[in-house]
Amino acid sequence: MPEGRFKEGIAGERLEASQYSENFSDLHPPLDHHEALVESDRCYFCYDAPCMQACPTSIDIPLFIRQISTGNPIGSAKTIFDQNILGGMCARVCPTETLCEEVCVREVAEGKPVQIGRLQRYATDIAMAQDKQFYQRAEPTGRKIAVVGAGPAGLAAAHRLARHGHAVTILEARPKAGGLNEYGIAAYKSTDDFAQAEVDYVTAIGGIDIEYGRALGDNVHLADLISTYDAVFLGMGLGGVNALRAEGEDAEGVGAAVDFISVLRQADDLSALPVGRRVVVIGGGMTAIDAAVQSRLLGAEEVTICYRRGKEHMNASEFEQDLAASKGVTIRHWMQPTRVVVDAGGKAAGIELEYTALQDGKLVGLGQTVTFPADQVFKAIGQTFVGDALNGSGPAIELEGGRIRVDEEGRTSLGKVWAGGDCIFGGDDLTVSAVAQGRDAAESIHRALTANGRA
Amino acid sequence: MADIRNNFVGIKSPNPFWLASAPPTDKAYNVVRAFKAGWGGVVWKTLGEEGPPVVNVNGPRYGAIWGADRRLLGLNNIELITDRDLQTNLREIKQVKMDWPDRAMVVSLMVPCEEQAWKAILPLVEETGADGIELNFGCPHGMSERGMGAAVGQVPEYIEMVVRWCKQNTRMPVITKLTPNITDIRKPARAALAGGTDAVSLINTINSITAVNLDSFAPEPTIDGKGTHGGYCGPAVKPIAMNMVAEIARDPETAGLPISAIGGITTWRDAAEFMALGAGNAQVCTAAMTYGFKIVEEMIAGLSDWMDEKGHRSLDDIIGRATPNVTDWQYLNLNYVAKARIDQDACIKCGRCHIACEDTSHQAITNMVDGVRHFEVIEAECVGCNLCVNVCPVENCITMEPLAAGVMDERTGKPVSPVYANWTEHPNNPAAKVAAE
Ligand SMILES: Cc1cc2nc3c(=O)[nH]c(=O)nc-3n(C[C@H](O)[C@H](O)[C@H](O)COP(=O)(O)OP(=O)(O)OC[C@H]3O[C@@H](n4cnc5c(N)ncnc54)[C@H](O)[C@@H]3O)c2cc1C
Ligand SMILES: Cc1cc2nc3c(=O)[nH]c(=O)nc-3n(C[C@H](O)[C@H](O)[C@H](O)COP(=O)(O)O)c2cc1C
Ligand code: SF4
Repeated sequence: MPEGRFKEGIAGERLEASQYSENFSDLHPPLDHHEALVESDRCYFCYDAPCMQACPTSIDIPLFIRQISTGNPIGSAKTIFDQNILGGMCARVCPTETLCEEVCVREVAEGKPVQIGRLQRYATDIAMAQDKQFYQRAEPTGRKIAVVGAGPAGLAAAHRLARHGHAVTILEARPKAGGLNEYGIAAYKSTDDFAQAEVDYVTAIGGIDIEYGRALGDNVHLADLISTYDAVFLGMGLGGVNALRAEGEDAEGVGAAVDFISVLRQADDLSALPVGRRVVVIGGGMTAIDAAVQSRLLGAEEVTICYRRGKEHMNASEFEQDLAASKGVTIRHWMQPTRVVVDAGGKAAGIELEYTALQDGKLVGLGQTVTFPADQVFKAIGQTFVGDALNGSGPAIELEGGRIRVDEEGRTSLGKVWAGGDCIFGGDDLTVSAVAQGRDAAESIHRALTANGRA
Repeated sequence: MADIRNNFVGIKSPNPFWLASAPPTDKAYNVVRAFKAGWGGVVWKTLGEEGPPVVNVNGPRYGAIWGADRRLLGLNNIELITDRDLQTNLREIKQVKMDWPDRAMVVSLMVPCEEQAWKAILPLVEETGADGIELNFGCPHGMSERGMGAAVGQVPEYIEMVVRWCKQNTRMPVITKLTPNITDIRKPARAALAGGTDAVSLINTINSITAVNLDSFAPEPTIDGKGTHGGYCGPAVKPIAMNMVAEIARDPETAGLPISAIGGITTWRDAAEFMALGAGNAQVCTAAMTYGFKIVEEMIAGLSDWMDEKGHRSLDDIIGRATPNVTDWQYLNLNYVAKARIDQDACIKCGRCHIACEDTSHQAITNMVDGVRHFEVIEAECVGCNLCVNVCPVENCITMEPLAAGVMDERTGKPVSPVYANWTEHPNNPAAKVAAE
């Protein structure tokens, strides 16, 4: 019997050693050759295809699927990468059930969409396995651009800028590139160190220099970047997390879901990773689901997601909710945390929640509470943009809703500064949207730099 | 229960489904399995004259094309007639016929174009107790280069001559199997009739190359770097075969000549269609080679269930029922007007009808109405061509609706005429004007 199976509190080795690799294997295994042909044949090659309109990066989906069906997966990959250089990761992490596949006419017709995500993975896997590089850098323009953050937004921007011949320096606070692809996405969506393989694939175009351990607001300052570079792209994501505003929040065993996942994603030995015997996750989005599911996969006996509104209000898609349920996670609705129950040693022992309801369109507490035992509590109630990194060292960038305000081209209120990804206001916090915004901002930068007649 | 017993030129079988002369009928082993599975009859794999048998290639014999999920749509082969010894075949034919007296046993033959050769083989076949012979004038490869098969089938005079020899030298019914590798199928059919044939069967396979290997630049199937044209068969050839059957059935010179239909027959429905066009029964090769003999169960049940449902009591009730409705283009009613109509509830909004009509036809289907994705026929532009119906992935979503007489055709701005009028009388037809003057 595994040593940690019945241990109270937070402990590792709750499962047989062999169980971990099985639990964290590919959520959607790759399609084999025949499966890909059969699936690609299901595509109707729609006119003005709804799937293409639903894709934030507007990949020409009917075309890439047709290329798979005609035995040209390499050409198919190029069709994908033309629009989305992180098409490999998106194929794995996009909630396709609420994007392209939701509007697939076969979903409408028979409730069974063409598996666009898996086909996209099929084509991109083949091209990346051969390290097939489709783009060459244009003649160097002599323009230098700083990109802050090597997440999906930053990488997409950097690649597009490099293609146009600009010299890109990415300043990345962490020791690895990839952003949440590396530190946030659920482990079973990005297996075999795919995030790093993709970073290598994207940067292989050349002209992209990544400096690690360089954090804006700490050892890099915006004013300096503006004066040293011809343009700056901010793709720094969301650095903070919302507080529970509940008593006992600082107890041992209470933490941010994103931190837990980040540790998990970097762990060499998952069996050594401690997890509570009873885990409660507060929140209703993708992060809550990921933290809950991965807690179960690590061997937590009881995992409960508590969300303050109803099922239909959850940000996590129905597919994600079903996934959690299938892994043995319980989802409770209409309750919000009021107090973490702390034991004598200062450790979390439970959580008290108050029942809620909607009254006149407003969420209200009903006064009644329930307490669940929990030795680990994860906060997954949203991340926040850390604005401190931006300002103070130079002129202020305008924010909106706590994030950077940009126009439709990704321009901030500050000349020479663009932004995209999770750090901007009005986005939808998806990898694919970050890629689209990074790419489009790069085009805007390129236009601005060349329109000046200097390049 | 519908009676699906078949009597084809006096050859009786419990159902109209025969296996065509091909690998499925090359040996007693296969044929017995086929009879056990329920096939009504077989045409034994073509026999050649006494002596050392032909040899086949020892590499691939087949090429193919596929549809979705690798469904076989067309097969091509470069096989020859039987490569087994004549006496062995005859012995087996005799034994099988003896063991299965209620099944049709027809023997396919191909010997050199000399009377002596036919005179020699016919008594040997007769001695087996077989019900009839089929003359293979169709094989398009290998045998034709030796002056047999299609080499005879493409020259009507030879057909007539060989058929006559056979009729003079045997009491068995003669079925003449035609090659489709000819411009006008009526010519060989007329020749066979002139020679006294009891029936024709068609089609044999069509000259074809199914694929070219783009690494070796050789046609498939490739034998040591080279390939050759093979005979094409399977579902893909059915439309060609159906037209040829109909042409013979409605040709005044050959009307009434019994036809055994062959070419792409895969389901009961295919067989029923051929019979409606005038065929007396149906022969199958590729479908059996693709799925095995069990498919005949579906064919038997499907045909008789359909006949029950429609109240057809015997095969005679359906044979030739569609023949009178096959006509020449010039006799089609030009005053008949139909318009496409899209069932909005069934529409899945793929837009294929729109782009097909917009790019390649008559700009008669919308894609956007009031800013909403919406596909609807613009009657004033629709010529009723049916293209949208054919490209729509949803069955019965788009239908062609005839306009009743008197209703305004928005495209021409004229009411639909109740009168039948064809091209022969049309004012734009110069020949019509001449006739009128
Ligand atoms: C747990 C979790 C699961 C998710 N699952 C999915 C999913 O399945 N599918 C999906 O589509 N989306 C998912 N998302 C959302 C998705 O990961 C993000 O929308 C996406 O990563 C945003 O990209 P970005 O480039 O804007 O930011 P990030 O990916 O956050 O990258 C920002 C980068 O900037 C760096 N950085 C931050 N501050 C500084 C600084 N001051 N100086 C220098 N560098 C800095 C960071 O280290 C990081 O590398 C998930 C998010 C989370 C948290
Ligand atoms: C491998 C193969 C071998 C064939 N050999 C013969 C033959 O020896 N004699 C013959 O008359 N037809 C031969 N045929 C033609 C078939 O009998 C039949 O006419 C043709 O395949 C069309 O029918 P189908 O579409 O049902 O296959 C052969 C067909 C195939 C596929
Ligand atoms: S029938 Fe032909 S012309 Fe009419 S809408 Fe359909 S495709 Fe267009």
